[in-house]
Amino acid sequence: MTPPLSVSDLRKSYGDHEVVAGLSFALRAGECFGLLGPNGAGKTTTLRCCLGLIRAESGTITLTGEPVPARAREARMRVGIVPQFDNLDPDFTCAENLVIYGRYFGLEDAAIRARIPELMDFAGLAGRERADIKTLSGGMRRRLSLARALVNDPELLILDEPTTGLDPQARHLIWDRLKQLLARGKTILLTTHFMDEAERLCDRIAVIDGGRIIGQGSPRQLIDTLIEPQVVEVYGENAPAWAAAEAGAFSPRVEISGETAFCYLADAETLLEHLARQPGLRTLHRPANLEDVFLKLTGRELRD
Amino acid sequence: MMALFSLRWIAVWRRNLLVWRKLAFTSVLGNLADPLIYLFGLGYGLGSLLSKVDGMPYLLFLASGSVCASTMNGATFEALYSAFSRMQVQRTWDAILNAPVSLEDVVIGEWVWAASKALVAGAAILIVLTIMNLVHSPLVLWSLPILFIVGLTFAALGLIVTTLAPSFDFFMYYFTLFVTPMTMLSGVFFPLDQLPPAVQTLAWLLPLTHGVALVRPLVLGVWPADIALHLAVLGATALAGLWLALHLARRRLLR
Repeated sequence: MTPPLSVSDLRKSYGDHEVVAGLSFALRAGECFGLLGPNGAGKTTTLRCCLGLIRAESGTITLTGEPVPARAREARMRVGIVPQFDNLDPDFTCAENLVIYGRYFGLEDAAIRARIPELMDFAGLAGRERADIKTLSGGMRRRLSLARALVNDPELLILDEPTTGLDPQARHLIWDRLKQLLARGKTILLTTHFMDEAERLCDRIAVIDGGRIIGQGSPRQLIDTLIEPQVVEVYGENAPAWAAAEAGAFSPRVEISGETAFCYLADAETLLEHLARQPGLRTLHRPANLEDVFLKLTGRELRD
Repeated sequence: MMALFSLRWIAVWRRNLLVWRKLAFTSVLGNLADPLIYLFGLGYGLGSLLSKVDGMPYLLFLASGSVCASTMNGATFEALYSAFSRMQVQRTWDAILNAPVSLEDVVIGEWVWAASKALVAGAAILIVLTIMNLVHSPLVLWSLPILFIVGLTFAALGLIVTTLAPSFDFFMYYFTLFVTPMTMLSGVFFPLDQLPPAVQTLAWLLPLTHGVALVRPLVLGVWPADIALHLAVLGATALAGLWLALHLARRRLLR
């Protein structure tokens, strides 16, 4: 079976700046694949190349079996896209948005209208067919964007930061719907910088930075292989000073961020005993998670 | 190259039609109000001071030119403000590009749409003139396809400006430096032979002049002279303008 999307040795530069620097990955049918990376890592550029919206300097892309960009339009027939910034049509109602969008796929109005109740129901928007887009909340808009992306019954769904800017309730609803789609056999490619989202949804993850993949595997594999299993976070005014002077004796790797020291280690017992005798330092002992992996791979500096 | 073009632009055109249908009454009222106020204000007011212009009452001279100018304005406003809003503010073009529709389809859809809306604006004025018994010959029907071509010409020029514009404010340059002087020089308000010879030569380089030269005689019920030349200028401007607008749109959006 051909993969829904495969990318090999993709390169794209703007001026001297190589935004995508030899990226290769392939999706398996029916999986959820996450592209993770800090701002400016090349995620959106990669997606735009995959859709044939920008031309890469080199590399090959096959999307739903079609070569991109040569047959990008045909490839997009079987892909649904939820963009990072909502671009629903504000001149129309919810139902009109779906009809108009379906026409871009060459679908007959009657065929689209027949699917509207199911799509609106899936989006948790049943009964709002005639509602104006301007009256919808952010979460409702995102769900309508998801419904719009399903209007052509795509085999592959691409979501660019699907829950950015949503409240927890709205995020959980989106996650639930994406899991339903996976259960129906759809393939999903998503970009995110929410690690809990990636850990919850993705079967496999590629962490990209500087236009390169710097870690790839299932969330569990990445945590097991790339990072120490335990983390002790130490807070307080004196935490940086303590970390600089003493933490090294207990923990092979210590990172300081503001007034917090992060100690990564295999066995936390002796460190915790030591910390119990330090007044003024508060501690949190927890298993390592995907965010720790992400920060280890991409560093703690701010990306703007 | 052929693979870039398809009939998918019709879906883009229909999208705009659906928006227009929601506001059609207001839109046509807007198409009519401004030109008719000028037409009758200037036509009767100023016209009463003049005996005849080019052998006809000034009202008729102005009316037959205004049809063309209104069509140009209709296409220009749609290709500037409305298209820019869809491209830059609402991100409608981005949404469409995620579907199996190319940027060429989007720009061509906008181009034909702006010309269609312009045709409505021009035709609305012709209907009013007919009701007022100012138009008598069936030849006027031939002005409709011409007005559509005038619409395509100015829609293409407008889309060039739109794909270059950083913001809405930019459009003021286009109006002040191009549209307004052209309207003055193209024979809408007074015959070209009132101008110094050098300025007349310049006037014949402006597409609106050729539009007026075709539409005015048809409204008055006579066949225009040099039909092929005028059509060639309008058609060439429309196609060259579209080609440039497509190029600029690719540079702006597909990077």
